[in-house]
Amino acid sequence: MSVNATPAGADVAADGTDTGSTGRHAAVPAQRNNRRRKPPLSENKRAERRLGLLLCAPAALVMLAVTAYPILYSVWLSLQRYDLRFPAEREFVGLQNYVTVLTNEFWWTAFGVTMLITVVTVAVELVLGMGLALIMHRTLVGRGIVRTSALIPYGIVTVVAAFSWRYAWTPGTGYLANLFSDGAPLTERASALAIIMLAEIWKTTPFMALLLMAGLALVPEDLLKAASTDGATAWQRFTKVMLPVMKPAILVALLFRTLDAFRVFDNIYVLTSGANETSSVSMIAYNNLIRGLNLGIGSTMSVLIFITVAIIAFVFVKLFGTAAPGSDDGERR
Amino acid sequence: MADTTARRAKLQWGLLNAVVVVFALIPVLWIMSLSFKTPATLTDGKFIPREWTLDNYRNIFGTDQFVRALINSIGIAMIATVIAVVLGAMAAYAISRLDFPGKRLLIGVSLLIAMFPQVSLVSPLFEIERQLGLFDTWPGLILPYITFALPLAIYTLSAFFKQIPWDLEKAAKMDGATQAQAFRRVIAPLAAPGLFTTAILVFIFCWNDFLFAISLTSTERSRTVPVALSFFTGASQFEDPTGAICAAAVVITVPIILFVLFFQRRIVSGLTSGAVKG
Repeated sequence: MSVNATPAGADVAADGTDTGSTGRHAAVPAQRNNRRRKPPLSENKRAERRLGLLLCAPAALVMLAVTAYPILYSVWLSLQRYDLRFPAEREFVGLQNYVTVLTNEFWWTAFGVTMLITVVTVAVELVLGMGLALIMHRTLVGRGIVRTSALIPYGIVTVVAAFSWRYAWTPGTGYLANLFSDGAPLTERASALAIIMLAEIWKTTPFMALLLMAGLALVPEDLLKAASTDGATAWQRFTKVMLPVMKPAILVALLFRTLDAFRVFDNIYVLTSGANETSSVSMIAYNNLIRGLNLGIGSTMSVLIFITVAIIAFVFVKLFGTAAPGSDDGERR
Repeated sequence: MADTTARRAKLQWGLLNAVVVVFALIPVLWIMSLSFKTPATLTDGKFIPREWTLDNYRNIFGTDQFVRALINSIGIAMIATVIAVVLGAMAAYAISRLDFPGKRLLIGVSLLIAMFPQVSLVSPLFEIERQLGLFDTWPGLILPYITFALPLAIYTLSAFFKQIPWDLEKAAKMDGATQAQAFRRVIAPLAAPGLFTTAILVFIFCWNDFLFAISLTSTERSRTVPVALSFFTGASQFEDPTGAICAAAVVITVPIILFVLFFQRRIVSGLTSGAVKG
């Protein structure tokens, strides 16, 4: 505890989490008393490193303990022919499952559907979410009510919300189906996809909005005032002042929304069960794994989904550059 | 003059707010309406019930199953949220403020965990938990929830911590505040919007999860509400459980509303206004 005079080390000592740096410094207790501001840099650095590792350790340990084995196990399964209905035929087949899946047209149809849903919903949600965030952030009247009701869709259990949409669009029982057309919109591909996307957007826009709103809370009021005094229009204030400050929040919101959107499952499961080629990749992975008990092929699909999502995430992080968490060259204020 | 513009601004906001509220609430009101309908009128396609009944609510609270599941859900979600936010905040602080080896690795790995399709992790987890005796217990659900909430928590929090003007802390100490005071009075309020945003998101994630809850529980000892819902059947085998499901959906949305109502006021702006000049 003695040499943590580094700003970083000292900061955290305040919330009681700094338990590092014992024994070794016991020999130099005088340091603290003389208030020597600068211990040798290497030691300073070492204390910072130890603290960093210490603070991250619990989170890292929990995550690894729970997921390391399951993730490795699914990768291992994806390299085997393993169907629970024919357990005797289990054998190691290398990449053959991957060939099977990647040359299968159902996979590519589902892939296309998933891509479409991801791109459309995330784009619409970003725009709506930004608008919603501005409204929730700026509104003069009834802020609590607006914020709470705007967040309710995200809070409702997905399966229940999906059922609500299904009842609403079922001819005869639902108010929406009766309102619009005379067919059954959930049984045609185009309209079914549109409804799935609508349900997704309705449900998860609040997620986007909440993250963006918390980002908005970080925009310094003075800066906006100063910009407005200098004659910046509302649009300029938005793009030149607010957006740069919000960049990290936008990245996180976009990233996690995209990851989730690409794995869309519940809504499709309830709304169409994947009929009429509306399956997403997660749907067919689920069908193979849980329903079909084909662990080999199902795991292969999981790994492929994972790889696709990893590529998307990589692109996002690259695009946002220094706004990404943990980038060293990002400016610290 | 100023008065009328202020009033107009208020009116405009009122209008915008109304749009938001309507957009958000119509499907919710539809579920509520279904929950108040009698079995005979359930499928009449009317938005407002013709006959009102409270039977659905009486039914779900009559069963021990639902109440038990509600307690499980609240307990599990709360504990998981607290732990995930605390661990996430520690890691995020280190990521955004300290330089140490393995930082990028940690960020990469946590994102990797967030990305892996959860469907394929369920059966190995089931096997592990059976062997460790965690299956069908509270910790058996809390642990995976913390794990899958942590990546989001770490990312959100480090994005926010990055934007906090940490110089303020130095300034406070210069003005004679102790380390603890500087943290409590200066840094904690600035970090609050991020912390509460994260808490809300994590809580909702735990509250809504269906996949883990259905695979890692087997009795009402630890079964959560979304799973209990899926076991609902009507009073008799031939009765449609739709009404009961909708009633339960309304009931389990109430804690979310309370949670958000309570925490949203912490997400305020202007805390950093006039903070650091130059």
